Amino acid sequence: MSAGWLGRRLFLTLAMAWIVATIVFLALHMVPGDPAELLLSTSGAMPDPATVQELREKLGLDQPLMVQYGRFLAGLARGDLGTSLVDDYPVIQEIALRLPRTLELILAGTLIALVVGVPAGVYAAVHRGGAFDRVASWITALLLAVPVFVVGTLLVLLFAQTLRLMPAGGFTPFAQDPGQHLKLLALPAIAIAKGLAAVLFRMTRAATLDALAHDYVRTARAKGLSPRRTLVVHVLRNALNPVVTVLGLQMGTLLGGTVLVEYVFNWPGLSTPLLRAVEGRDYPMVVGIILTISVLFLLINLLVELLHAAIDPRVQHG
Amino acid sequence: MKRRGIKKLILPGAVVAAILLIAIAAPLLPLPDPIRQDVARRLAGPMPGSWLGRDEFGRDVLSRLVWGARTSLSVAFVSALFAGLVGITLGLIGGWARSWGAFLTVRSVEIIMCFPPVLLALLVVTLLGPGAGTLILVLSVLYVPGFARVTYAEVLAVKGRDYVEATRALGATQSHLLFRTVLPNIAGPLLVQFSLAVAAAVVIESGLSFLGLGVVPPAPSWGLMIRGARSTMEQAPLLLLWPCAVLTLTILAMNLLCDALRDVLDPRTSER
Repeated sequence: MSAGWLGRRLFLTLAMAWIVATIVFLALHMVPGDPAELLLSTSGAMPDPATVQELREKLGLDQPLMVQYGRFLAGLARGDLGTSLVDDYPVIQEIALRLPRTLELILAGTLIALVVGVPAGVYAAVHRGGAFDRVASWITALLLAVPVFVVGTLLVLLFAQTLRLMPAGGFTPFAQDPGQHLKLLALPAIAIAKGLAAVLFRMTRAATLDALAHDYVRTARAKGLSPRRTLVVHVLRNALNPVVTVLGLQMGTLLGGTVLVEYVFNWPGLSTPLLRAVEGRDYPMVVGIILTISVLFLLINLLVELLHAAIDPRVQHG
Repeated sequence: MKRRGIKKLILPGAVVAAILLIAIAAPLLPLPDPIRQDVARRLAGPMPGSWLGRDEFGRDVLSRLVWGARTSLSVAFVSALFAGLVGITLGLIGGWARSWGAFLTVRSVEIIMCFPPVLLALLVVTLLGPGAGTLILVLSVLYVPGFARVTYAEVLAVKGRDYVEATRALGATQSHLLFRTVLPNIAGPLLVQFSLAVAAAVVIESGLSFLGLGVVPPAPSWGLMIRGARSTMEQAPLLLLWPCAVLTLTILAMNLLCDALRDVLDPRTSER
């Protein structure tokens, strides 16, 4: 990997993070009316002027816009995201506590999707038109159609309510009881994995079919390479690239899905404080969590591009 | 156009058309009021006049399913329409003006894609409060970049073609060229994009309503029905299954319709 290319990518990610932060900052000011009044008017009733003034001062809304923006960016640079309007708790501490749990869920979901989707896609492509291929194609279409919260809710109904095999949701720290921790992780991770697994299956299948049709595959077979070796060395290496691209493209959906899945299974990640904050119009908390997840999204995409470049050196020159 | 592609359109097309018809005809159908509560008959099973039973507030489930379709689909269609209007305009300008125009129009709206969609939606809900209006605004914003991108790419591809040059040589004005010559020729991929946006909007609308941050109760919405039925899933699992099934069927039919439309209208991206 050339240093120049890497530097450009890093710079681009940083620039995008800055733009995202700026948009989130400006959002409050783009809404017509007084922001402090807006945040306090929950039920349509006019809020008390003294409370509005207090909030205005607390959020620094009485300062000129550029000063507010400067303070916001300076705060971000220090890792200070302000405090919750509800209980004055520092937003960054709430995020530090819960982000690892959300990350764990995302990682587990992605792993399940990769382990299921990629081999199934290769198998379906190699045995194109066979029974597995046809059945898997239908299952994929169905999985792509079921919204993630429906899958989650149905998993609860089936495994927790009806079969009573799994707990309906909750969380136990790994250090306290590893077995119970993994048991509670399983259903939400499967729910999150379903869409990604379906997309990965489709993409792997298409990319493998595409690679199989190339001349170099015929050459490899002609020079006496075994079918298995041809598949692993020649086909998969070339099929992997579009699969990695799709992995990056799907991460936005996956991160959004996490919010829903955590809600369904009471998984104490970032979703709980986010939803509570959206309902209570706790603006600093909403901004902090949305910024965190959006930056995570950017970082995952950076990672995907690095992976891309590692698999296919042409990427850096394209 | 391929014969096979057209055949693939029929079944999902018919299902989507049926759902649309039912949603449009909801006020004409002999259904009970979807928001009238009847606590005495809460969680009642199927009975004449109420074929799918009553929900946790004694409201008619079938009626709520039908009216829920109306809510979901109207929100999705209106948002996709707004997104299309704005996105296509930006894409046309960008594709026609090139470099700076493209930067100002297409590249600038792509910033929206830096956010995971549900999170951008939650940010706007915080500011404007939940409701159908907020949903339409958010979903429109979310799908503008898609339309802008597709339009931009298509305009670039079509722009240099002979028939465009010929029309220009005949003395057509810029706007005539753009709206009468280029736009009709790129309508296929734009229609595909529209159907994709509607399907995606249904998913996000139901998700936000499920979280209690989309359609405001007591208005009927599939997401809200699933949310409500969660608490009674032990006594009345069917109450949960009905909206799940209808929502999934709708999205499945829409997805299949999108794929078939793409095969027919957008030959370059269709599978071999």
